[in-house]
Amino acid sequence: MVFEGLSSKLQDTFKKLRGKGKLSEKDIKEASREIKIALLEADVNFKVVKDFVKKINDRSMGAEVLESLTPGQQVIKIVNEELTALMGNTPKKLTYSPGGLTSIMLVGLQGAGKTTTAGKLANQIKTDNKKTLLVACDVYRPAAIKQLQVIGEQLKTDVFADLEEKSPVKIAEKAMKFARERFFDVVIFDTAGRLHIDETLMDELLQIKKIVSPKEIILNIDAMTGQEAVNVAEAFNEKIELTGVILTKLDGDTRGGAALSVTSVTGKPILFIGTGEKLTDLEVFYPDRMASRILGMGDVLSLIEKAQANFDEKKAYELQEKIKKQTFTLDDFKDQLKQMRSMGSMKDLMEMIPGAGKKALKGIDIDEKEFDRQEAIINSMTKDERVHPQIINASRRKRIAAGSGTRVQDVNKLLNGFEQSRKMMKQLSGLNNKKHGKFKFPFM
Amino acid sequence: MASFFEKLKSSLVKTKNNFSGKIDQLINYSGIYNDDFFDELEEILILADIGYESSSEIISKTRAIIARDNITDKKEVKNTIKEIIKEILKRGEDFKDIETPAVILVVGVNGVGKTTTIAKLANMYKKEGKNVILAAGDTFRAAAVEQLEIWAQRVGVEIIKNDRGADPSSVIYDALQAAKSRKADILICDTAGRLHNKDNLMNELSKMNKIINNESVHFSVYNYLVLDATSGTNAISQANVFNEVTRLDGIILTKLDGSAKGGIIIPIKALYDIPVKYVGVGEGMDDIQIFDPDDFAEILFE
Ligand SMILES: Nc1nc2c(ncn2[C@@H]2O[C@H](COP(=O)(O)OP(=O)(O)OP(=O)(O)O)[C@@H](O)[C@H]2O)c(=O)[nH]1
Ligand SMILES: [Mg+2]
Repeated sequence: MVFEGLSSKLQDTFKKLRGKGKLSEKDIKEASREIKIALLEADVNFKVVKDFVKKINDRSMGAEVLESLTPGQQVIKIVNEELTALMGNTPKKLTYSPGGLTSIMLVGLQGAGKTTTAGKLANQIKTDNKKTLLVACDVYRPAAIKQLQVIGEQLKTDVFADLEEKSPVKIAEKAMKFARERFFDVVIFDTAGRLHIDETLMDELLQIKKIVSPKEIILNIDAMTGQEAVNVAEAFNEKIELTGVILTKLDGDTRGGAALSVTSVTGKPILFIGTGEKLTDLEVFYPDRMASRILGMGDVLSLIEKAQANFDEKKAYELQEKIKKQTFTLDDFKDQLKQMRSMGSMKDLMEMIPGAGKKALKGIDIDEKEFDRQEAIINSMTKDERVHPQIINASRRKRIAAGSGTRVQDVNKLLNGFEQSRKMMKQLSGLNNKKHGKFKFPFM
Repeated sequence: MASFFEKLKSSLVKTKNNFSGKIDQLINYSGIYNDDFFDELEEILILADIGYESSSEIISKTRAIIARDNITDKKEVKNTIKEIIKEILKRGEDFKDIETPAVILVVGVNGVGKTTTIAKLANMYKKEGKNVILAAGDTFRAAAVEQLEIWAQRVGVEIIKNDRGADPSSVIYDALQAAKSRKADILICDTAGRLHNKDNLMNELSKMNKIINNESVHFSVYNYLVLDATSGTNAISQANVFNEVTRLDGIILTKLDGSAKGGIIIPIKALYDIPVKYVGVGEGMDDIQIFDPDDFAEILFE
């Protein structure tokens, strides 16, 4: 595959380093070059990359690395730290005006996702118990106002629109008056997408800014943006002084180099990330997690958090006991399936596992329907059959297959797999987790 | 079309200043073509969003030619790089107009300019005297149908639509029937923006594509991918996956009126046999231009 993500590239680099024991200056130079290429491939702007690599180089030349017994890991640590620092270390929060009205302006290029993000923000702010008004300032793109109105309806949030008014500046003015009179807490201005080199439209933003005195001016930037991300961010920042950034469409498979570019040239924090088309798909940005994701260490923290949120401790204990006593039944298996599924799609989960990058998952086609089938099969069994699967003979298999709309082969496959994992569990509980093999889901 | 080209040319002035200007600078400063020279060159190419892979290809070819022909003249070195880029851009077939009656399915990730591009295409074909129908296949995004409706009105063409939330495939089906019964020359189908790594959305697209292909006795079928010139290397994976799901007949590169270089089409051309058909150079319905590889390469370097 010609197209490689940053993570697999860096992993390759560090694999080489790991194998070495002690590093020479030459090794570090080579690693630096590969980090540079990897970051460039991930669309981090080359100026940013240069500075970054220099920092890594300087720190890596230091005694902490050269004299370390695990120099490769030291370099990884440094890269991780510097990446995190570049993106702002700790997550930032939205700031509200201490008393009265807080206005927020969303700005960015065409197609960056401002209107959807305006809705997502309104939805987010709702949880802070604030009365929010959305303002439709995009008079240029056909049906942009309508789009915001539909979103407002979905959220049951008020939308200020003036279809007669052609000037976004005037709309902003009227909206501020409207919001003050009706005691809104927060006003979110959805502005039209514009090119940062379009002086007339950039001036328009400045005028809106003067009128609404925004507490936050947030640049929306598409996570898939290439080298231009720095110029875009710089231009918006110079003209209207941003307070933060929202990185959109991060649910794609982009490495998200734009995150590094934008934060390092503006010095402004990434406040949120957009991770889907639903109005709830807005997440807090964690620089350390992003760094891990970029470095291919997997989004381990998110994975753990997800697992914890869905993990029923009592059930887990019961399961453990059952495994010990070897009374693990098909019912228990079904529970386990359910728990796993409640954590999200298998593919999403697998992708968060370190080392299981896109590349590794390429050949593996996780058939989500397989889980539905397995559940259906177990559901078609009698109570007795679930506890004593050994009684399931050929005619029972036929009946179960018919009942669950599957084939006898599917039933066989499930039963074989179940038997295998029962054996595996027996061994595991005996071995006390010594050298547990690969991460493996039962029945797969 | 000349005025479009002028517009494109002027819109690429900034691009050119960065890119070509840098190469000039580089060649004038260094004078010798050693590793440092090529390292710098690599950065310049990457800065134009050409990507690492293609940049390396271009560089190793330049190296080889310089050595083979013993080139020392700076202008000639520059010319060499230009010719190599042109060669990549020219791979595959030359621009060919579509054969009517035709169905064009327009696909791409969110916000790249699909709907606007459809308006531009419809306007272009209508000016050629063709009878055009639009299908509002984005039944997902808020006000997407209304957006296309406004464009249909402005251009003066018919639109086939259904409510938001309707199955997009059924809209496409209805539009195909309408196009047949009204003997339309060209049916252009809008689709919701979708990220190529979302299997369910790609399956939905493949279903729409199948429904169109079922009618291929009546129409020539064209699948166009819209790419944003501002995007980086992810566009390569967009081209790859969309091409796998709906065999692509063309790429339309939008937002070239911005400061982005659109260099990403170079690796895409190098990797996949997909012709670049048009470029988008603004938000108006006239802001479309046939992609010309020669012009594109020239503009980057003049
Ligand atoms: N400057 C510029 N803007 C463009 C161009 N093409 C489209 N746009 C703008 O990009 C924004 C998004 O365009 P749409 O046509 O709605 O994009 P889409 O791909 O249909 O978007 P979704 O359906 O939401 O995925 C709009 O503001 C357009 O005016 C172009 O060539 N140049
Ligand atoms: Mg659209």
